[in-house]
Amino acid sequence: MSAEAVVADHGHDEHATTTGLSHTKLAMWVFLGSECLLFGGLISTYLLYKTRGNNRTLPTDVFDIPFTSVSSFVLLMSSLTMVLALSAVSRGEEEAGRTWLLATALLGGVFIGGQVYEFTSFVREGVAFTTNPASSAFFTLTGFHGVHVSLGIVMLMSLFVASVKGKLTQRNSETVEIVGLYWHFVDIVWIFIFTVIYLIPAD
Amino acid sequence: MSDTTVTEHSEPAADETAEHDEGHSHPSDWAYVKIAVVLAVITALEVFTYFETVLDWGVALVPSLIFMMVVKFYLVATWFMHLRFDSKLFGRMFTAGLVLAVGVYVVTLTVFEFWA
Repeated sequence: MSAEAVVADHGHDEHATTTGLSHTKLAMWVFLGSECLLFGGLISTYLLYKTRGNNRTLPTDVFDIPFTSVSSFVLLMSSLTMVLALSAVSRGEEEAGRTWLLATALLGGVFIGGQVYEFTSFVREGVAFTTNPASSAFFTLTGFHGVHVSLGIVMLMSLFVASVKGKLTQRNSETVEIVGLYWHFVDIVWIFIFTVIYLIPAD
Repeated sequence: MSDTTVTEHSEPAADETAEHDEGHSHPSDWAYVKIAVVLAVITALEVFTYFETVLDWGVALVPSLIFMMVVKFYLVATWFMHLRFDSKLFGRMFTAGLVLAVGVYVVTLTVFEFWA
């Protein structure tokens, strides 16, 4: 078997790169670094507008911290199931990997369900997207995060389907690692949002 | 947290082993569970600060919350995202974006007199 064939068969690109590292993984890390700028902009905008209510209800007036705490805990635990999925696939335990991937997607789904409930209850209490600058900034920030989580769920389900078809094996476990990096980043962003937006008092 | 170097990605051919060994050892599942427990405890502490009737944190509230947030951020990045075990270049790429973002937006918030 030629050297090229070994690399292609192995599924880990790092053996063929000039840096000796996986370029796919490096690209994901660069992408995540750029995502910091995106979320930094959205968080800063909310911080600047959070008290601008135009004499109408502010998002901070209707926060349900106990409920959001449970959502945060669910997302945090999904990072554990994600890393356990990678660990299982890396060991060649494909069925366990599949189970953990599905668990991660389900926990992500629970988080998104919680966010939909939260948004709905906010609107019922008079805080909609266009109510005031504070609500616009809040819905944009948390909505963008929700879209990221949703995309992560799509990626996780794609991995799950690939695994069911027998296309996700120990040899290409790096794919799980790449999706895992994205998923953990989404969790990290929520760690930041939960503290800065929800827990730190507005005034 | 010493239970590391249990899992390797695959079983490479003999001539690939040297390349493959570098930066590919990962913690055991038990180590991940322990990190998750620590994260859960910190989250519980964070939520605890919300109930001022139980304990008034006073001026220590915001610094405490930020400290706990940074610890959680660090644990997820280093353990779950494997920055602790992978090549330093990955961490540098991420840190570059993070530092740039923090710098740019601290300046932005300062310009708009957020801290006043």
